Amino acid sequence: MSHASPQAADTWTSAQIQAVVDEHRSLPGAMLPTLHALQDRFGHIPEAAIPIIAEALRHTRAEVHGIISFYHHFRTQPPGRHVIQVCRAEACQAVGARALEAHAKSALRVDYHQTTADREFTLEPVYCLGNCACGPSLRVDDEVHGRMDAAGFDRLTAQLSATVVEVK
Amino acid sequence: MTTTIYVPCDTTARSLGADAVAARLTRAAERLGVAIQLKRNGSRGLFWLEPLVEVETAAGRVAYGPVAPTDVDALVEAGLFEGRQEHALALGDIEAHPYLARQQRLTFSRIGITDPLSLEDYTARQGFAGLQHALALAPQDIVEEVKTSGLRGRGGAAFPTGIKWQTVHDTPAAQKYIVCNADEGDSGTFADRLVMECDPFMLIEGMTIAGLAVGATQGYIYLRSEYPLAHAMLDEAIARAEAAGYLGENILDSGQAFHLEVRLGAGAYICGEETSLLESLEGKRGLVRAKPPLPAIEGLFGQPTVVNNVLSLAAVPFILDQGGQAYADYGMGRSRGTLALQLAGNVERGGLVELAFGTTLRELMESFGGGTRSGRPLKAVQVGGPLGAYLPQSQWDSPIDYEGFAAFGGVVGHGGVVMFDDSVDMGDQARFAMEFCSVESCGKCTPCRIGAVRGVEVIDRIRAGERAEENLALLSDLCDTMVDGSLCAMGGMTPFPVQSVMKHFPDDLTPRQAEGGR
Ligand SMILES: Cc1cc2nc3c(=O)[nH]c(=O)nc-3n(C[C@H](O)[C@H](O)[C@H](O)COP(=O)(O)O)c2cc1C
Ligand code: SF4
Ligand code: FES
Repeated sequence: MSHASPQAADTWTSAQIQAVVDEHRSLPGAMLPTLHALQDRFGHIPEAAIPIIAEALRHTRAEVHGIISFYHHFRTQPPGRHVIQVCRAEACQAVGARALEAHAKSALRVDYHQTTADREFTLEPVYCLGNCACGPSLRVDDEVHGRMDAAGFDRLTAQLSATVVEVK
Repeated sequence: MTTTIYVPCDTTARSLGADAVAARLTRAAERLGVAIQLKRNGSRGLFWLEPLVEVETAAGRVAYGPVAPTDVDALVEAGLFEGRQEHALALGDIEAHPYLARQQRLTFSRIGITDPLSLEDYTARQGFAGLQHALALAPQDIVEEVKTSGLRGRGGAAFPTGIKWQTVHDTPAAQKYIVCNADEGDSGTFADRLVMECDPFMLIEGMTIAGLAVGATQGYIYLRSEYPLAHAMLDEAIARAEAAGYLGENILDSGQAFHLEVRLGAGAYICGEETSLLESLEGKRGLVRAKPPLPAIEGLFGQPTVVNNVLSLAAVPFILDQGGQAYADYGMGRSRGTLALQLAGNVERGGLVELAFGTTLRELMESFGGGTRSGRPLKAVQVGGPLGAYLPQSQWDSPIDYEGFAAFGGVVGHGGVVMFDDSVDMGDQARFAMEFCSVESCGKCTPCRIGAVRGVEVIDRIRAGERAEENLALLSDLCDTMVDGSLCAMGGMTPFPVQSVMKHFPDDLTPRQAEGGR
């Protein structure tokens, strides 16, 4: 699943990348499933994956780059330990999303698409999480939180920072 | 005796603490030595009451809500496990609640009642009855039934579903496809999500019937990546349906095949547009294709393809089970059947309201929605997603149907109703419409790609008081250019919300400093 705690993000080997690509290459329309699998596994799509994907799916490297950059979901840099997506869309705006987004940026001292200095959080915008009757909404990894406000945001991030990395 | 307790498992209930409520109920039962069976049902779509806990009693299910995790102990003490109704959060029989009792739930007849992943629950409530019937019919007769229903696409364009199916049926090909558009990108909408999280077998059944009707053996559900829970539910439901013979090489021993797979989008609003979606499924950037050819003739991998919204496909099991006429008996004019309206934004009682076409917005926002959550007066409502106009008070009394809305420039779209109170700055909303288009444009045509960026700049200038008159005229021209010169509705309809602000809320599009803080 999308941000389901990537196992030890930003560690990968070419052989691992190759294995993920090989697992998906024979699907019809294999590109998106392959990119998702890589990001789920490594937290991002490492630069080193691009020639491997290009070769396996018979694209040029430039085409693969073009596809990755077209989709907001895919990232080529490792994210922080948690990805926080703040909903910016209309139904959340109607109940205070603009204030929440301003608070999130100032509390974490980052802008969208940036990661906090301690690498705890990456902040991203999102346009609707389907939780529009109970906004403002935000998503942390694969969990959605409703009726968020500044105080709720601070509590949530404090809790997340306090949880020690699970050793599996 | 074991008591059955229901705690909903959908995204909204969970976003408000349903998992913690379930855990506390389990702990309380252990502590008190009460035997309970905790079932995770879907949500009934009465979101302001979530988490909505229900308890099975001799007299039927009784409800409590909204239950915060911290309410659990007090509720248990007040006799929740026995279904006692003294506590302030007790709601009695939730089906008697006017919000539910006044709805016409044809598609959403099971949500919130059943365990979404239980085939037993599904079949106990008419599940797969439509498929059984379809298996006994000739493909053309299935198509006829859908035509009789008058069903029109619920994804936005309202194209008659039966006619689309007929085209695919009539186009010979070795391989045809059913593609379910589950990109649900419109802000203010969650009905597709509810289907997928709370009654996924219904979508599977609808797609299988579509496959039988047009001769397609492969289906894809193109699901937005913002819906991780729907993804998990669909994957599991598909696996269970396959194992039970409802999907696969030989559906219910009929000799007919239908295979189904979920494919994830990747955070691009434009991929909800059907041709962009097909490009994306093929593994490319989601650039919109020029039409013709229609996807029904040359769709996925160049083959005839039905592309339908989740709700269109989810309406099909009812139609095949009860007959197209039973569906067509609801509605008004050329808008037949029911519409899943979604009350969102600044609303006191937000949620899913399935009604026959023909209600008014006012009725919906006031007697269902109960006005704004903030308690302040309503100022504007955006219907039909980010490309829909902002409707002022004077337009809240016309009945909701496709033609009626189109007559005044409104869009029913996917049925999202986003309410705003009087603290909203409509200039902000106009600006956001342009900003959203600039972020989400596929970039194929200039009026959309460049126009949206210019739109943001021009609105900023107007609000900064820079030659406001001149820039308002420029904005107006820009809107016309986008409407006339865009390849698809992204660029072609982004001006609708902007123009509606210019027309109905002109005071909000004046220099901001003149406004004096609200
Ligand atoms: C910019 C844009 C976004 C769209 N997003 C969606 C969407 O998220 N879901 C959907 O079902 N249809 C969406 N549509 C409409 C589809 O293009 C198409 O009409 C629909 O999938 C057809 O299915 P239906 O006939 O069952 O509605 C969108 C259209 C446009 C122009
Ligand atoms: S109108 Fe916008 S989204 Fe649509 S095809 Fe043109 S550039 Fe792409
Ligand atoms: S608009 Fe924020 S969740 Fe839908």
